[in-house]
Amino acid sequence: MTAATDLAIRTRGLRKVFGGKVAVRSLTLEVARGEVFGFLGPNGAGKSTSVKMLLGLVFPTSGEAQILGHPAGNVRTRAKVGFLPEHFRFYDWLTSIELLKLHGRLYGMSHATLRQRVPALLEMVGLTPHRDKQLKNFSKGMLQRIGLAQALLNEPDLIFLDEPTSGLDPVGRRLVRDIIRAERERGATILLNSHLLGEVEITCDRVAFIKEGEVVETRELHDEREKQTTVSIRAANITSEALNGLSQWSSTVRPEGERLTITISSISLLPEVVRYLVAKGADVYEVTPRRLSLEERFLEIVGTDGGL
Amino acid sequence: MGIWIMAGVTFREAARKKMLWMALIAGGAFLALFGTGLHYQAKDFVSRGMNPIMRREIAFTMLTMGLYAVNLLAVLMTILTSVDTLSGEIASGTIQAIATKPISRWQVLMGKWFGFVAMLTTYLVLMIGGVNVVTYIITGVYARNLASGFLLIWMESLVLLSVTFALATYFSTLTSGIIALGLHGLAFLGGWIEQFGAFTQTQRAVNVGVIASMLMPSESLWRRAAFEMQSPLANAIRISPFSTLSVPSPAMVFYAGIYLLLALGVATRRFTQRDL
Repeated sequence: MTAATDLAIRTRGLRKVFGGKVAVRSLTLEVARGEVFGFLGPNGAGKSTSVKMLLGLVFPTSGEAQILGHPAGNVRTRAKVGFLPEHFRFYDWLTSIELLKLHGRLYGMSHATLRQRVPALLEMVGLTPHRDKQLKNFSKGMLQRIGLAQALLNEPDLIFLDEPTSGLDPVGRRLVRDIIRAERERGATILLNSHLLGEVEITCDRVAFIKEGEVVETRELHDEREKQTTVSIRAANITSEALNGLSQWSSTVRPEGERLTITISSISLLPEVVRYLVAKGADVYEVTPRRLSLEERFLEIVGTDGGL
Repeated sequence: MGIWIMAGVTFREAARKKMLWMALIAGGAFLALFGTGLHYQAKDFVSRGMNPIMRREIAFTMLTMGLYAVNLLAVLMTILTSVDTLSGEIASGTIQAIATKPISRWQVLMGKWFGFVAMLTTYLVLMIGGVNVVTYIITGVYARNLASGFLLIWMESLVLLSVTFALATYFSTLTSGIIALGLHGLAFLGGWIEQFGAFTQTQRAVNVGVIASMLMPSESLWRRAAFEMQSPLANAIRISPFSTLSVPSPAMVFYAGIYLLLALGVATRRFTQRDL
């Protein structure tokens, strides 16, 4: 158990009922400072409502929540928090610069600080050419970018990103990944809400699978167990002897025609495996390692009905 | 600090979205029409050799009529411009990026309120001032007790603003607008029932009017303002269509002040306690 002060987020039995409908059943969660934490779950699983409760936008029906050691909703704590809402909307008559200045001032930042910070952030999210353009002329992706800049203005200790890559093209997604990496290096804690498994897999240290407003399972993405690698091999002329011999590296060996799927405990074993196959006379055309997919796990946990 | 940042952005929004300018252009057209009508009447009266006391009374009646129209425009302006600011931003989620900043919710609400107060005050100063300046230039007459008349119309606008804010923390934009206008309509009708009740000396009709004014004191503030601003003669002989056979008392003005604060209290309470 981590000491409470080392936790960026801590909830106990957090529950929200809208009318008669349970949005979040009972969320109990601990996120350490400096972690990049992913919230995974199907649509309607209560991810956004949970984030809103942590930010004090939505009041919980019961349970407790703390962020950065203070009760959720504490006004002063918010000075250290950044938030990109799921559908970032803002006064569309403002220009990029005006929007960031306004938000900066709401954060209590001085004009002098903002004069440096605003252009730097615009540059970072690639909106410098659009600095004087009104937001009403922005595409969805550009809005997402300015929203992201807005969430990072105050160099927050804790950043909530609710579906940050929705509306972004591959270049934009790459940008979000790079920003998350940079923020982590700065020491920020990040809570990433996403239904894009690949995205979460690349960026997060740990994920929680959410179903019907409950954490079904949390998983380290970088622990030993997770370093298991599934390798897909396309090869001809593999003898059954060669196949049997693979069991020294892999507990599961699934041949399907020319394709062979094995699971090895570390990627460093792969050259050895390939050398072995070649030595046994196999014609190897293709070797594709892939991390154990979150997707399979996700479907297993959440169910193929998508939690609907 | 946050409260003034919000007030500033709210006022700037009214200006940037051209709301304020359009209202002022429409107001300018209104003043031009008013002035033209007044000009021809004044010219005619002089050429007909009408007695100066009569001329003065007619000028006062025209002035009151102009102020009555400004009052009506101000009522609509107040409700229509402010009705979307809370419910609209809650519905669209725009409020989320604001309400998660280190600024209390009551500051967000009061900031917006002050922003609208600034805009409506600008509007009323220009419009009430404009009607008086135009009338003074053409006829040499301007409102009696102009300051208290202005303050009463201003207060009417603030009452409606606060009620609209309170409604918008509960209902959607359209519903809030309909209820706010409906309440003012009720007060308006109540005011006329009270007038006719006083004219026909039917106490129960007067009571109905008073109750309507309790439910929404906006119109009674206008009637008090008209009483303050028009000619003493019109008030004494009570012949003007805008005069007030049954004048709302200072107690009613005090009640309206309490009503305003209560509406603002309800708005703040609800806004700080609701989910966004």
